[in-house]
Amino acid sequence: MSTLSERILGAAAGEYVDRKVNRAYAHDGTGVLALEAWKNMGGDRLGKDTDYHIQFDHIAPANNSTTATLQHDLRGFAKRASMQFSDIGCGICHQLMGEGVVLPGEIVVGADSHSVTLGAFGAFATGVGATDMASIWLTGETWFRVPESIGIHLTGRFTGAAEAKDLALAYVGKLGTDGATYQALEFVGEGAHYLSMDERLVLSNLSVEAGSKAGLFYADDVTIRFLKEHGHDVASQEAASCTYRQEVDFDLSDVVPLVAIPHRVDTIKPVDAVAGVPIDQVFVGTCTNGRYSDLARFARIVKGKKVAIRTIVVPASATILEKAIRTGVLADIIGAGCTIGTPGCGPCLGYHMGVLGEGEVCLSTANRNFKNRMGVGGEIYLGSVATAAASALKGEITSPEVG
Amino acid sequence: MQGRGTAVCLPADIDTDVIIAGRYLRTKDYGIWATHVFEDLDASLAPRLKGAIIVAGKNFGCGSSREQAALALREAGVVAVIAPSFARIFFRNAINIGLPLIESDLACEEGSTIVFDLSGGWVDPGGKRHIIRPLSPRMQEILMAGGLVQYWRAHR
Repeated sequence: MSTLSERILGAAAGEYVDRKVNRAYAHDGTGVLALEAWKNMGGDRLGKDTDYHIQFDHIAPANNSTTATLQHDLRGFAKRASMQFSDIGCGICHQLMGEGVVLPGEIVVGADSHSVTLGAFGAFATGVGATDMASIWLTGETWFRVPESIGIHLTGRFTGAAEAKDLALAYVGKLGTDGATYQALEFVGEGAHYLSMDERLVLSNLSVEAGSKAGLFYADDVTIRFLKEHGHDVASQEAASCTYRQEVDFDLSDVVPLVAIPHRVDTIKPVDAVAGVPIDQVFVGTCTNGRYSDLARFARIVKGKKVAIRTIVVPASATILEKAIRTGVLADIIGAGCTIGTPGCGPCLGYHMGVLGEGEVCLSTANRNFKNRMGVGGEIYLGSVATAAASALKGEITSPEVG
Repeated sequence: MQGRGTAVCLPADIDTDVIIAGRYLRTKDYGIWATHVFEDLDASLAPRLKGAIIVAGKNFGCGSSREQAALALREAGVVAVIAPSFARIFFRNAINIGLPLIESDLACEEGSTIVFDLSGGWVDPGGKRHIIRPLSPRMQEILMAGGLVQYWRAHR
């Protein structure tokens, strides 16, 4: 039997295929170079039958006039080409594509490495660079090497303060940053079935940190219900027994709060092992952990208390921000002394809205802690939302299971 | 496609943030990327990359999709990159901008002369030819054209 990647791409692992891309998207970072490549290719009209999107999320709003000018050109192009365009403040590209746009079984390509996030919907979603995206604009197609797959078998349910992010860090730690290079991950088993869409998105999101080409869940009743709420009737994808190159088992009830320590995503320690490390900033947000359920969980922990250090919370989309306002979650977060950023990528990439100074340490819910990423000389620990909340209250890395 | 260059040795898991830091991305001035390539790893590297063949450990180019990482290497004068494995987006990006990548588990000797022939399927670090894993036919076509932009100019 075939893996989900093989079924969607319609060929066996190892084969090279040309495929129609159902949805293609780029952001203000990669879109600028893609536009340059498009012009150099002599691009005039978009390839047919592909749904094209451009979202401004990386430096949104623009931080200086150079960025503003580059964005002005790209904005004009997106509108002239009649692409679906989401301006600054709408949210992170992957989140917007996951708010009822991407459907199971589709082939989705984003000009960003974290496009793998959308595998949570049972789509084959992967990232490319700028010139590949320009080529997709030109033809609506691209080539793929059908990946072999690694099966991540999940059983049980989370206990205590453990959450999807901790499991994501656990599997990246186990596979290593290149453990899944040229391959796809498939999250299967009864443990996967019990995960919410938000939790699945976290697990798919981190798959690229193990080098993976895609990180897929089979669409089931959770997916169907989510998409129904967004106006789509879709069918489930039956998981068939298939050949995985490697199989890894995780019992969710064994997962404990974890952090990735500087400067590698696969260097994982229990939060307890680094508890007490002083931090200067907490950042909650990104395509990993900036969803409504994340904000609500954070708010539950900090409500009625005061954070001890500067804490930046950036909702992943305007829809999430609006809901957080409506439900009072945002008031709880602000009441605890946190500050809110414009929906988008925030300081994850070190451009703006929370850049670290020399020697500063940040506990972040993002997905990368590479050297200097959030600022020259800054250090990044990656952890869960609950760990971020507990640490913000104390001003040092703190297990959410303490106190 | 053939090439020749001087070996510059790098470790495994070189990420795209280290190749070109995010703070230099927002420009279309390719010279800025060439100047600041590898700045956070070793600021003395950039001037030594003209005519260089980088021989790195596994998983070269992991991390973000930023094509500026491949462009920075090309603009700095890197002839090719040799590594046992590459992060897949970097792999596509490099071929798409005409920078040859060679998958090979080659021991690196700093400053040695390396010769390669992609069509012939070998790389020679001095005295012995090593067989390399060939690129897919499509990637070969793109690379031979000089990159994906040139490929589409020729094919449309």
